[in-house]
Amino acid sequence: MSQLNAHNLTLAYENALIIEGMELTIPDGKITALVGPNGCGKSTLLRGISRLLKPRGGNVLLESQDIWKLPTKELAKRLGILPQGPVAPEGLTVHELVAQGRYPHQSWLQQWSPEDERITHEALEITNVTEFADRPVDTLSGGQRQRAWIAMTLAQDSDIILLDEPTTFLDLAYQIEVLDLLHELNVERGKTIVMVLHDLNQACRYADYLIAIRGGQINAQGEPSLVVTENLVREVFGIDCKIIPDPVTNTPLVVPVGKARKGRLHLPSLNGKHAEPVQNP
Amino acid sequence: MTAQAKPISKNTTRILGSRALLLPGLVIGIILLILCLLWSITLGAADINTQTVYDALFAFDETSFQHLIIQTVRLPRVLAGVIVGAALAVSGAIMQGLTRNPLADSGILGINSGAAFAVVMAVFLLGNPPLSTYAFFGFIGAGVAAILVYALGSMGRGGTTPLKLTLAGVILSAFVSAFTTAILLGDQETLDKIRFWTAGSLAGREMPLVLQTAPYILVGLFGSLVISRQITTISLGEDVAKGLGQNTAWVRGIAAIMVILLAGGAVALAGPIGFVGLIVPHVVRFIVGVDYRWVVPYSAVLGAILVTVADVGARIIIRPQELPVGVMMAFVGAPFFIWLARWKVKR
Repeated sequence: MSQLNAHNLTLAYENALIIEGMELTIPDGKITALVGPNGCGKSTLLRGISRLLKPRGGNVLLESQDIWKLPTKELAKRLGILPQGPVAPEGLTVHELVAQGRYPHQSWLQQWSPEDERITHEALEITNVTEFADRPVDTLSGGQRQRAWIAMTLAQDSDIILLDEPTTFLDLAYQIEVLDLLHELNVERGKTIVMVLHDLNQACRYADYLIAIRGGQINAQGEPSLVVTENLVREVFGIDCKIIPDPVTNTPLVVPVGKARKGRLHLPSLNGKHAEPVQNP
Repeated sequence: MTAQAKPISKNTTRILGSRALLLPGLVIGIILLILCLLWSITLGAADINTQTVYDALFAFDETSFQHLIIQTVRLPRVLAGVIVGAALAVSGAIMQGLTRNPLADSGILGINSGAAFAVVMAVFLLGNPPLSTYAFFGFIGAGVAAILVYALGSMGRGGTTPLKLTLAGVILSAFVSAFTTAILLGDQETLDKIRFWTAGSLAGREMPLVLQTAPYILVGLFGSLVISRQITTISLGEDVAKGLGQNTAWVRGIAAIMVILLAGGAVALAGPIGFVGLIVPHVVRFIVGVDYRWVVPYSAVLGAILVTVADVGARIIIRPQELPVGVMMAFVGAPFFIWLARWKVKR
């Protein structure tokens, strides 16, 4: 039995029904990626299973307990959520941000403890932001900033970490940096990670389990190499593609067909002429 | 990166970069405040020296005219300045943290105007309401204005945003102030009673009014200190705070009550004084950072200093006449805020 699952889950915003009667099981100790086109309901689903959005119907269970019936801090100790594009208040330092991750472990009686300090430091170490600990979050690069936020979620010390598009708005190098970090957390710390990802190829590379969503329904789910087919991509994303093995990881690599530059492979532009450095006059 | 550049465990972006300096800094602030109070209390139409001030406070002689002036005119005035300054600054700090809006302030979000309108309305309708009811009407006005601005600011797609909230506040403020002005223009009697008050003034505050309002403001200040840790967490954003296990609706509710007590009480006592809640928290964050357990007490002390000094300025700038302190705050506040905004943009 999985720790985190949903039964007959219905999620809606005011009068827009996003997800209806969904059954969902998140595999333990794995990286799960939620993929699908814009507006398919993947972010809404993540909000639903992290208690940011109250279900219209059905329920979300964590170890057979309804997450809406758990005390808020109790849930936060077991399940962390990093929303999309969080913005730290101007001047907040990395250490102060990460220390906030200890919030669910504190109360009126139990204030800041050596244990909190130790775990905060560990989170800074793991995410490799210790050297920026006293710098304001808003002065860091995109990748460093996202690592600091992940450190905060890590300091929460939950078994499950949910992330909504953790790589959006980041340069490619930072995207890889963040995904590598999450992979490391999964492999070395045994964290269950669930993330919404925009890039299907990154999802194939980093996820053990992939859930493809379209129109508020799960279209396919399973190991990426088994579920990602040309058919699935056409059905879910509405695009024709070729799927080849990723030369680095051997996971499926989705190459959209599209219309641009088709057949140009044979043009002389790739025979090296244009690649030569242009001499300055 | 060189090896010797490594031990940078000091935060250079705030004045008190080390936590060890925070408490001494606060003590220095309190001493500075006391000095400002003494300065303020010795100033006035009658020349009263420091020794007499001391005697009036600690060895009161009711046959002395000078002692009477100190006790019935000047002391209530400086006390009013302290609690109004502290209340406005702390309410501004709480609102800025809660709404993640650097422009949040009880003046800009329409709460001061709402409180002022309710008090003017009460004076207009009831003639001469007892002093103890001023604070009550202040809270009603502040509360209704806060609810209206929040409702206006969260309409439409995307819920509440800082910009929408600010616009809603400015609109409500303009709208309500127009009504306040209309009442005052149409009714000479009400105007005479509270003309100075509507510009924000500490002149003529009598001890009973100060004592009637002070308990509410003290509750507001204490409550703000108690929830200050929660404000730091919610200032990371609603979703992050919820994810950390915070009951954000509860925190918002309590914080709103504190803001209403503070802003409503301050307006009931001194009228709508702007800029204090806007400027002080910015200066404080520049000194101590964004941990609200420190932002709140520092704001209280600096807010009290600012209003006290502004009131001194209001009394000496066009002597023997005096300006309402609210006007004085606008003189100081507007350029200061522009400077602050420019400096922040440059960073």
